[in-house]
Amino acid sequence: MKFSGAEIIVKLLERQGITTIAGIPGGANLPMYDALGQSEKIKHILTRHEQGAGFIAQGMARVSGQPAVFFATSGPGATNTLTAIADAKLDSIPVICITGQVPLSMIGTDAFQEVDTYGLSVPITKHNYLVRSVEELLHVIPNAFRLAASGRPGPVVIDVPKDVQTAILEFDEWPAPGRRDPGPELIPAEVERAAAMINAAEKPLLYLGGGVIQSGTSGDVLALAEKGNIPTVLTLMGLGILPHDHPLNLGMLGMHGARYTNMAMEECDLLIAAGVRFDDRATGKVAEFCPNAKIVHIDIDPSELDKIKTATASVTGDIADILNMLLPLVDRQARADWMERVASLKAACPMIVPDADNPASPYGVILRAAELAGNDAIVATDVGQHQMRTAQVYPFEQPRQWLTSGGLGTMGFGMPAAIGAALAAPDKTVLCFTGDGSIMMNIQDLATAMENNVNIKIILTNNNALGLVRQQQDLFYGKRYYASDYARRVDFVKIAEGFGIATYDFEQCEDPAALLAEAMATPGPAFIHVPISPDEPVYPMVPPGAANCEMIGGEANV
Amino acid sequence: MCKQTVLELRVNNHPGVMSHICGLFARRAYNVEGIACMPVNGGTTSKIWLLVNKESNLDQMVKQVDKLEDVLEVERHDNGHEVFSKMTEFVQ
Ligand SMILES: Cc1ncc(C[n+]2csc(CCOP(=O)(O)OP(=O)(O)O)c2C)c(N)n1
Repeated sequence: MKFSGAEIIVKLLERQGITTIAGIPGGANLPMYDALGQSEKIKHILTRHEQGAGFIAQGMARVSGQPAVFFATSGPGATNTLTAIADAKLDSIPVICITGQVPLSMIGTDAFQEVDTYGLSVPITKHNYLVRSVEELLHVIPNAFRLAASGRPGPVVIDVPKDVQTAILEFDEWPAPGRRDPGPELIPAEVERAAAMINAAEKPLLYLGGGVIQSGTSGDVLALAEKGNIPTVLTLMGLGILPHDHPLNLGMLGMHGARYTNMAMEECDLLIAAGVRFDDRATGKVAEFCPNAKIVHIDIDPSELDKIKTATASVTGDIADILNMLLPLVDRQARADWMERVASLKAACPMIVPDADNPASPYGVILRAAELAGNDAIVATDVGQHQMRTAQVYPFEQPRQWLTSGGLGTMGFGMPAAIGAALAAPDKTVLCFTGDGSIMMNIQDLATAMENNVNIKIILTNNNALGLVRQQQDLFYGKRYYASDYARRVDFVKIAEGFGIATYDFEQCEDPAALLAEAMATPGPAFIHVPISPDEPVYPMVPPGAANCEMIGGEANV
Repeated sequence: MCKQTVLELRVNNHPGVMSHICGLFARRAYNVEGIACMPVNGGTTSKIWLLVNKESNLDQMVKQVDKLEDVLEVERHDNGHEVFSKMTEFVQ
């Protein structure tokens, strides 16, 4: 066989099962685009910004659990991808970014559109490559897939000089596609110790995050919770692990968690942490997080163990394997006192949802959209108050239903991620909750949504402000609203219309519920404009740096 | 007790490896006091010796280094290593 480097890349991607690649061409990756144009298996999604391509890939990967690929050219193409890559790193999402680079002989000469993509991507990738010969592609590409998907998943960058793309290689055999490695061998004594601690605990709590979703094991987690009657809190990344209305699901913990959720954590005597990293938005002031609890920490990444909080016992391995071994060792227990205590906390300090019945209110529109979209819908958000509200009240039913930028908190994530989700799951409805600040950060890819006629419903709660920033100024900076209110309004409905997207405006609308229903019932992209007041804080809120017990707002009976 | 320790790494030998390793320490504000590197195995792998202070997050650093794809092995010498005792002669 004889192929060019570019053809080898595309063939290897086909052999990995890739069917969709988002990206933008340019001088340094044109050979790859030429080869991609010949592929009958891979469809290309031409975005309007490389960051959008990165978030589309993330949307696909978050929904499918499989690595997704995006393309960018050298220089500005590559630098435009960095935010999406860093975002994938912090949320452990398997994406592979393949960039063009100037020819090998010109590297280091400040050639046109040369930037040190390898150097720039070192701290924000799980691993990265600068490919130095066409032969290397045969192991770099499968290896990139293996790495992205194995252990704790993450992004991989492959920088390919133009002359490597055009070089011809003669070879006999295609390498096997790269697949997820099996998890590390468990140490039974670690699992036994964890089981003994669980069995001895009177007030245990499960604290679950994105790692549980990554290991595809939420059924076993539910079985563990039910067998031991262990109430469960979820991180922002973990929403969907348990159905929202399961009696043992106490919802999201942390900065915008419900009062009873954070209060239950104050009282627990054992915290069983799985697939979580004790992020500061979840723990609040670490020294006062779960002050009475021993900790069992379960994770596939050994460097997460004892990083923030020293665990009493830790178990390294794939959570799915660990639960398999752990479940039979855990005693069936009623824990009636603890159940009763948690129930009374919940009754006394429930999640208060203001204006829940009004479909034109910040919370009400989320609840109504959820009702209309059904249990199967995928939900993406941007970053801000709308994101926290969605996390607080959306009735999640299953894992991989919820796409949000957790670790990096990137405004601009939502809409392109929703496009990616719709491409990966074309038969589903994808909701995208966004704010007027966030949508502007990648608004150009409304054109991509229109062109590909994806079934995404963008719900913009427009407070003409950077709401979450404004809320912090309100609470912690003496109401000095500086640089958080927009001086003038833009006409989002016209903008969306200009992009060729169907629009639905709640402004001066007699029956917003009916309008929302119409938007949801019409296939294809929709833009729903919901004007709201800027003075609608998200409560409860733990002040940054404070302990989780120091929540502001969200009390019952006020 | 010795305040410094030596990490001995076996790594793949290619131009990006050093930036992976040094970057890992630099972005956690962890100072590398001394460094030595030599190719072994005819040049496909290298040995790197890092002289570092025993700070409270050293265990975390070792775990992070161990996670790097190009790092094949990490060994810790809490009683120092003669690579650095010999190198000291050059800077006396
Ligand atoms: C790229 C980026 N820049 C800045 C921020 C800081 N930030 C966090 S939330 C927020 C405001 C978001 O406003 P909007 O999207 O309108 O949502 P709202 O809070 O009003 O619902 C800002 C500026 C960020 N998270 N991401």
